[in-house]
Amino acid sequence: MSRQRSLKLALTLIAVVLALVLASGGLFVARGADPIKIGFGMALTGGLSANGKPALLALQIWKDDVNKKGGLLGRQVELIFYDDQTNPATIPGIYSKLLDVDKVDLIISGYGTNLIAPLLPIAMERKLTLIGMFGLANNEKYQYPNYFQIQPAGPDPQTSTAIGFFELAAKQNPKPQTVALVGADAEYPQNALVGARELVKKFGFKTVYDKTYPPNTTDYTPIVRAIKATNADIVFVASYPPDSVGMLRAAHEVGLQPKMFGGGMVGLMFTSIMTSMGPMLNGVVNYDFWAPEPPMLAFAGIKEFLKEYQARAEKEKMDPLGYYLPPYSYAVGQVLGQAVEAVKSLDQQKIADHIRATEFNTVVGKIKFGKNGEWAKGRTLMVQYQKIQGNGIEQFRGAGTKPVLWPDELKSGNIIYPYASALK
Amino acid sequence: MFSWDLLANAVVAGLLIGGFYAAVSLGVGLIFGLLDIANIAQPAFVILGSYAAYVLNSSYGLDPILTGLLLTPVFYLLGAAVYRVYYTSFERRGEESLRGLVFFFGILFIIEVSLSIIFGVDYRLIQTWYGSRSIEFAGVGVAFRYLVPFVVGVAMTLALHLFLGRTFYGRAIMAVSQDRLALRLMGANPVQIKTIAFGVGIAAASLAGALLISIAPVIPSTDRDYIGRMFAITVLGGMGSIGGTLVAGIVLGIAESLMATFFGPSWSLAVSFGILLLALAVRPAGLFGR
Repeated sequence: MSRQRSLKLALTLIAVVLALVLASGGLFVARGADPIKIGFGMALTGGLSANGKPALLALQIWKDDVNKKGGLLGRQVELIFYDDQTNPATIPGIYSKLLDVDKVDLIISGYGTNLIAPLLPIAMERKLTLIGMFGLANNEKYQYPNYFQIQPAGPDPQTSTAIGFFELAAKQNPKPQTVALVGADAEYPQNALVGARELVKKFGFKTVYDKTYPPNTTDYTPIVRAIKATNADIVFVASYPPDSVGMLRAAHEVGLQPKMFGGGMVGLMFTSIMTSMGPMLNGVVNYDFWAPEPPMLAFAGIKEFLKEYQARAEKEKMDPLGYYLPPYSYAVGQVLGQAVEAVKSLDQQKIADHIRATEFNTVVGKIKFGKNGEWAKGRTLMVQYQKIQGNGIEQFRGAGTKPVLWPDELKSGNIIYPYASALK
Repeated sequence: MFSWDLLANAVVAGLLIGGFYAAVSLGVGLIFGLLDIANIAQPAFVILGSYAAYVLNSSYGLDPILTGLLLTPVFYLLGAAVYRVYYTSFERRGEESLRGLVFFFGILFIIEVSLSIIFGVDYRLIQTWYGSRSIEFAGVGVAFRYLVPFVVGVAMTLALHLFLGRTFYGRAIMAVSQDRLALRLMGANPVQIKTIAFGVGIAAASLAGALLISIAPVIPSTDRDYIGRMFAITVLGGMGSIGGTLVAGIVLGIAESLMATFFGPSWSLAVSFGILLLALAVRPAGLFGR
């Protein structure tokens, strides 16, 4: 073999090796540009879809915001989601597909306690990091360290809905003495009632009525009439949206006017229900997670998020204000995104360790997770509907119709007590 | 906690809600009770009626009851069309039992999903001028929100009863439910008669839906809450007995109301279905069934 031929062969070999290196480099580059897939099921139909759809929109806004800024770890973010139909039985199938077929990098939960319940064991089995979206006390039994929950329930989720209600009641002068507790036979109301019973004991009230009703009840007047017959000073209701409307309307029809009314009524804060019920809401003291009051609007990014949400929600025919769940859904994305950027990896354990150890800045304020993955300090608000006139939506956009009464650090108004005074 | 005042109120509340239950169940009474077609999509048509009332109320301010009444011809035609498809695809081939059931399941989901896509999934509710009013007579409160559906429910029952008993087509519907072959020998077309009956059953859903949305907020999936109750009332009243449907609705309404007032509302449904089982054990054909 001549020297020239050897040189040619060597050059060819070098070229081939270089080409292979470049090609593989190219492959790595292409792989590096693959999107980060985040998978979840979401209630887009069925009973919880009124919240599931806005939650999805909020996540999509977060994804768009992140992608505009270059994505996570230099990769775009892609959301892969399926309709869980508000049916817990669909969850194992949806997440198996997400993990085994779609090969998502990260998962989050859909909306609601019942939909998170079957997902938690799956996350535990596969050692995944999971952020739950508004699940009440899901992790009490499992105590899975890599589960985190975005609802600001705090370390004692069962009492979180009712604590503000009973603390406010205990502060009134003269202090109310008797309590009626009523709620639906379903997961959330049952949990809320367990917490309420504990608080009734803690604050020294006397229970004069404690009953539950089936979730598909149509007429609430017999229930409200029975409560009225007990002359309870305060009435704590733990209900889902249709029952909340039914209970409130029945209370007005029967003339039930305890000193405080409300507590854990889901749905009253939904725009469609607020505008339908109008002045009937006046005086109700109820839990909430967000209200357009100055302390809540001070959090960085919330105004921009709501502006974008409200513009898109109108087109997509969903809750036009989005004050209940959407800010927290957006915060789920923020927590996950900040954690991925901080650990510079998609390693589930590293992400979980970081979430557990870090305080996050989000559109709903600072979030630090604690025991069982719940917020280290609870922040379920207690608000009171006040001065509502007519059924127009505009009055609900700004401050004043739903001042925050509790906790003190976010307080923006004073309670009108007793309930009847707010009805005038 | 017993008092005569509470008892009277519970009975009146049960009576009123019973009238509403009857209004919602009349379509099932006609289609399932008389024609023997297990139309499990009936609650979805009721919800469709609710949304139709909502649209006309929010756009033109029309009263939901009036809207429900105005739309009955549209629902009638819709029902007639659905029956024709069902007949051509399943009944004519003798495949109505299982495949027909799947067909109506499909209709139910199509209506539900279509409503979700068109209207979104927010709760919808109609507040009428009378909806927040109530009157009290001798210590018994009557909410107009329930009084109006009760009156409409009774009127619907009466109208349907008269239609079935006094008109040619009504009698033909009763005949087709009893002896299809004999009806054919008399020169009447059973398919045409069943088309009319099915259409009337779906037209009833228009009014029932309008009543529902003036009582409680609805979302597209609200139909699922009513499937069991509607069929239970039809069976308890007696298959094919329109008057029985009203009586059964009132029996269940009063039972639920009494339970909710005196023993705890969580027992209401259990007691209602207990009554159904007991009644069927004593009278397998239902209260007024033949």
